Amino acid sequence: MKRVIVRKDSYYDSVFLMLISTDVNKIDGVKDAVVAMGTEMNVDLISGMGLGTAEVKSSTPNDLIIAIDGESDGVLDEAAETVNKLLTQKKGAAGAEAAYRPGTLASAVEIVPEANLAIISLPGQFAAREARRALQNDLHVMMFSDNVSLEEEVALKKFAVEKGLLMMGPDCGTAIINGMPICFSNVVPKGPIGIVSASGTGLQEVACAIAKAGSGVSQAIGTGGRDLKKAEVGGMMMKLSIEALGADPETKVITVVSKPPLAELMGPVIDTLKATGKPAVVHFVGAGAREPDGKIQFAGSLEEAAKMAVAVASGTTYEGRTFDLSDAEIEAIVERETEKMSAGQKYVRGLFTGGTLTDESATLLEDALGGIHSFDASDPKFKLSDPHKSEGHTIVDLGEDIFTVGRPHPMIDPSIRTERMDREAEDAEMALMLLDCVIGYGSHADPAGAMVDQIKNAKAAVEKRGGYLSVIASVTGTDGDFQGLSDQRRKLESAGVVVMTTNYQATMLVRRIMERRAEK
Amino acid sequence: MSVEKITSLFKEELSVVNLGLEGFAEDLSGLGVPVIQVDWRPPAGGDARLAGLFDRIEANTGLDVAAANQEAAGRILKGKPTVVGIGVAEKDIPGMHKKLILHAGPPVTWERMCGSMRGAVIGGLIYEGLAGDEKEAEKLAASGEIIFEPCHHHSTVGPMAGIVTASMPVWILENTTYGNRAYATLNEGLGKVLRYGANSPEVIEKLKWMETDLAPILSKTIALHGPIDMKNLIAQVLQMGDEGHNRNRAGTSLLIRELAPYIVMLDEPKEKLSRVLKFMHENDHFFLNLTMPSGKCTVDAAADIEGSSVIVCMARNGTDFGIRVSGLGDQWFIAPATAVDGLYLPGYGPEDAGLDIGDSVITETVGIGGFAMAAAPAIVKFVGGTPADAINFTRRMYEITVTENDTYQIPTMDFRGTPTGIDVLKIVETGILPAINTGIAHKDPGVGMVGAGLVKPPTECFTDAFEAFAERYGVE
Repeated sequence: MKRVIVRKDSYYDSVFLMLISTDVNKIDGVKDAVVAMGTEMNVDLISGMGLGTAEVKSSTPNDLIIAIDGESDGVLDEAAETVNKLLTQKKGAAGAEAAYRPGTLASAVEIVPEANLAIISLPGQFAAREARRALQNDLHVMMFSDNVSLEEEVALKKFAVEKGLLMMGPDCGTAIINGMPICFSNVVPKGPIGIVSASGTGLQEVACAIAKAGSGVSQAIGTGGRDLKKAEVGGMMMKLSIEALGADPETKVITVVSKPPLAELMGPVIDTLKATGKPAVVHFVGAGAREPDGKIQFAGSLEEAAKMAVAVASGTTYEGRTFDLSDAEIEAIVERETEKMSAGQKYVRGLFTGGTLTDESATLLEDALGGIHSFDASDPKFKLSDPHKSEGHTIVDLGEDIFTVGRPHPMIDPSIRTERMDREAEDAEMALMLLDCVIGYGSHADPAGAMVDQIKNAKAAVEKRGGYLSVIASVTGTDGDFQGLSDQRRKLESAGVVVMTTNYQATMLVRRIMERRAEK
Repeated sequence: MSVEKITSLFKEELSVVNLGLEGFAEDLSGLGVPVIQVDWRPPAGGDARLAGLFDRIEANTGLDVAAANQEAAGRILKGKPTVVGIGVAEKDIPGMHKKLILHAGPPVTWERMCGSMRGAVIGGLIYEGLAGDEKEAEKLAASGEIIFEPCHHHSTVGPMAGIVTASMPVWILENTTYGNRAYATLNEGLGKVLRYGANSPEVIEKLKWMETDLAPILSKTIALHGPIDMKNLIAQVLQMGDEGHNRNRAGTSLLIRELAPYIVMLDEPKEKLSRVLKFMHENDHFFLNLTMPSGKCTVDAAADIEGSSVIVCMARNGTDFGIRVSGLGDQWFIAPATAVDGLYLPGYGPEDAGLDIGDSVITETVGIGGFAMAAAPAIVKFVGGTPADAINFTRRMYEITVTENDTYQIPTMDFRGTPTGIDVLKIVETGILPAINTGIAHKDPGVGMVGAGLVKPPTECFTDAFEAFAERYGVE
């Protein structure tokens, strides 16, 4: 039984609606439900459900469409009512009841003339225009939105550089400005280390590793992934941010994190760092360590970048140990985790929510495992034929678009990953599951708690088949985060997960375990 | 590259404007960071083609829309509407003659006129002695011998059907800053009245009394009193709970207070003078027919400014809603009139209502009426029930206007000036439509007012005007 409701001129944010869709789909008897704005893509999606009425087809991106496929009229009623309730739910936290919400950025600035940062998470096709307005009003910009064209990014960043303003993003999910976590970010103590990062989870991992090592962050600036990847953007924000940290008296060490940049942009970034005269640590994810260049050190992992920076800032020597635990402790874990694995258990399954963490692990394991499958592998031999099904050693970033169509990112809604875990549990060849767990603002309220049942189930399923499933994880976060680093660790450990300090250490432990596994 | 603005951000307290996901705002405000959430809507309702036209307008570097709009809004602020007297339509309204009937709203033919406007036309023809009865009047109206033109084409405004015929007495208003004039009939009161399409003998009789008694007495009174400064009076009524469109109780009272000392000086029978005062007293909306031509002569001064996207006219005829834009000359942008969302008088409901009608939306055009909702706590039921709702209602209008009035102020908003100079570009960009207060006429002629409420004007007039503006001023 199907029902479709179109509400003209009722705009809601798409992510807000996706969360509502998720909740409605959980109602017993609902087969499929979509609550979305009438964009071309959504209209196609809804038409695909067999609900492409004339009203749906003529709807605009300003019209709300509620499409429900359910078992009975009662279910449809319940679903429609749930949507209504969720749409109109009052948010308690956002201030006084009659607080006025301006309709435009311009009037917001009129009301709050001291505003200095605009956070933009609007649909991509509208985001650039608003960002330009923000820059025109002398606001720094954090642009969470993706699907912004390269031309628009270049134009915005040129304009920002001209005005001497930060233009973080597009597709920038993380920053820490004046100690305040912006979007997907963690509560990290104030300290002497300034970070510029072209990667969101990379920034989070480094900032949290700095906190774990007892130091703190002055500012952490995100640039968006294309800043160093596209010649047209040319590292404009990376360079401007480095200069700003160079001029910031609180910043003693500058840390740069990025996927390997375009070769032609490497030099300018290094030169800009040198020009600040401050010591710096650079980590290009997947690029390995290098010899230092003057005051610039090159780290081989996210964790190492953090530890090197902390050492420089505190005037100590970086020791370069792989594990926080002693060799004996690591040996005991490796032995324990491999002891009961059955002969048929051969493969690592890395199920990630953070893109940079995925890349880091894949790089660190690549040679040891002799190739890793992913859905976008450059080598066709290792390209998954079905991205939703693992083959051999597989490491996937479940936050990639291919997995999140019409659903929130797995950092917000863990169900993409827990559903995948349920499927993996049926695979007799799986030996080990490697997980990340990113907490902090923006993330799910309890990501560890949300997956412990699936972890226990998977372990039990493997045990039932006469084997043992090793689960290794790390938690990216701090005890200042509202989910609490210690709490999250405890929850995972209670499910039999080995929780390491950082993704680097978790991955290196996986390496040891799989090497031992091969020996046996 | 200068990084001064970035390093100074590092030293300041963070203050955030959030567009999009509310969660980001909630997280930061939970940490004590001041955040203002924008109630964002896709520009041009998500229509990419329309949104693209903004770029074409912006691309015209020889054009300064903001400056042109400041000029237009500045003219509205500088206007000084003043009552200079009472005249007769045929003698005073430019171009008026015996066979011409003026009506509210954009142009409309007899065939397309709604019920109440037809009823009023019939009444007008009988009143003028051009027809003996309804049948004759209908025949004459359809014959082509009678010419119908909008009040707005003759510096005139009329509430509801807005019918003006040659013999009717009219208020004469002058914008003393710019020297232009505007006209409106005298308000007939409530119940069975011509402006709601009534045309029975008692309606005609009352119109005759207005012509022979009311107008001459008021005319003589004003001659004794001297010109009435309407800007001053409107500023006062906004501080006394009127918004100048749906509530005119304070204004009518003030007018009586203003005129009473002079009326009693007239050498007329006491009964006649008393009837005039009583007539004004019994009709809260008597003052509306003064706020309207005040608005008209004020906004007219802002017309025809090259490059200005300020709306200088909004009007409805019960069939269509139309607007005109300063930088687009005389052209009307028209779309079908909409239904009014309102509260009804006892015994009536939405099924009795005619579509939106009248020139009274000139009050909103000049920045009072719905735009000054926050000034009229007594009628907040129309907008959600609480004074806070009314304040937010007015606040919303600042989003689509160019400036704030320096004389018309709202006490509950810390004497902030009313939102003034409606910008059609801002309307299309934000999707925020002008807030219009209005009365509701019965759909059948002669029944009268059945309620009052808010009307959401049709979006198409504004998008059409915007497209014409882009066509006229945009570049590829």
